[in-house]
Amino acid sequence: MERFLRIDRRIIFAIITVAVIVSLVLRFELPIPASEPAQAIYEKIESLPKGSHVMIAFDYDPASKEELQPMAVAFLHHCFSRDLKVIGMTHYPGAPGLAEQAITSVANQYQKKYGDDYAFFGYKPGSASLIINMGENLYSAFPKDYYGNDTTTLPVLQGVDSLREINYLFDLAAGTTIETWIAFGKEKYKFELGAGCTAVMGPDMYPFLQSKQLTGLLGGLKGAAEYEALVNKKANAVSGMRPQSVVHVIIIIFVIFGNVIYFISKRAVHA
Amino acid sequence: MRKDSGFFILVGAMGLFVSINIFLMTSGKLPFSFDGFGIILGAGLTLAIYSFLYKDNAAFKIVENLYVGVSLGYTIIITWFNFLKPDLYDPLIIPMFSKAATKSPQYALIIPSLLGLFMLLRFSRRLSWLSRWTFAFVVGLGAGVSIPRVISAFILEQIKPSLHPVFSGGETIFSSINTLLIMLGVISVLIYFIFSVEHKGAIGKVSKIGIWFLMISFGASFGYTVMGRLSLLIGRIQFLLKDWLGILQ
Repeated sequence: MERFLRIDRRIIFAIITVAVIVSLVLRFELPIPASEPAQAIYEKIESLPKGSHVMIAFDYDPASKEELQPMAVAFLHHCFSRDLKVIGMTHYPGAPGLAEQAITSVANQYQKKYGDDYAFFGYKPGSASLIINMGENLYSAFPKDYYGNDTTTLPVLQGVDSLREINYLFDLAAGTTIETWIAFGKEKYKFELGAGCTAVMGPDMYPFLQSKQLTGLLGGLKGAAEYEALVNKKANAVSGMRPQSVVHVIIIIFVIFGNVIYFISKRAVHA
Repeated sequence: MRKDSGFFILVGAMGLFVSINIFLMTSGKLPFSFDGFGIILGAGLTLAIYSFLYKDNAAFKIVENLYVGVSLGYTIIITWFNFLKPDLYDPLIIPMFSKAATKSPQYALIIPSLLGLFMLLRFSRRLSWLSRWTFAFVVGLGAGVSIPRVISAFILEQIKPSLHPVFSGGETIFSSINTLLIMLGVISVLIYFIFSVEHKGAIGKVSKIGIWFLMISFGASFGYTVMGRLSLLIGRIQFLLKDWLGILQ
């Protein structure tokens, strides 16, 4: 029994890797019902009239790309299919490349034009002070967009002077930016806020749902898959749910197996 | 295992990687272009990072250091083009020194620029005292801006749903049970963290309930963490199977 407790961890890594590859290659359908917080974001976007302004904060970098990029793409599909005006920005220096890729690829699918239907401000440091600045005057916070255009000349921003005029703000967060948006943005400038976050941060965000400081929440790859299913644009997140479910079952078996072996070996020592 | 066996495994793995890429390029599965080479580079870097799971090796160390260097270089460039150039260089430096500039310089920007430069003077023994001015400004402004907002957003707004009536009419039995559970959780965990009273009798029993609530929350956090880490692995394997090897459609 002792040798089971000293099993080489590389064997476990190999089992997990094989399980992921096999469940990705073998195609089988698993139901992906939308959770209440994901449904709330979907319904909020559905309720916005055409031409409403949605701001997306791409607050993540390549380290969290696998969870948050599918979320961003699915959310952009929903916004552009509803003819909403999209404004992108980020607090992360590593995000502009990913954000630009997501926005332009989805916008092109709906024949949306830069400047008229969407804009991307790029990165700016400052965190809380940047949000306060955006809340007071969006053009002084971002005098130029990511491509060097004067933001005052962008038609997409017509009717928007500050965060107060933003109809919905969606933060895709890999760090503490959701809390920053709540404390320094939503509470002061009174806009509707939804969020998508990495799975690690998920449990910490639930209190903000209960207090209605967040209208909805997408948590990790599961949240991304739920949104892909809701907008009927099934892609990497939905196919990632197969290995996710299979490996979760394997991990549960490992946990049970480890505990059983531990208690048996403990009993053998006392006997 | 012999000490030099690691070297042969590394060379063998690199040889296999090169052979696979030659096959993919010659068979037309990967385009002979910058995109194709980008995918090969991404695949190689991914495999080098994951090689650490077998054991620490030279390929992992090279890629780890490369990541740090590239991240820093990328951050510097993005910060220059997204922040320093449009917000400082263009409105202040260019109008000051260029005769062709049409706008007058924004002299107000000199003050925050100087405060920023003072921060760097910490490296000088003679002038490091100037950095205290910047720190005083940052701490004073930060505290002034943060304290009221944090109290409002994270304490007062969070207390509100905790004080929600259990039965205020129009609610389902489940939402009332949720409210009761939240109340029980908040009270028992708060009592667990009162260390000035000995945890005996009624206090001890309630604090034990608090421990259970904490354990359940740690379990939920761990479960979500497993899901998050696994998502990263799934994403990388999707990239290897789909973009690199072309096995997945």
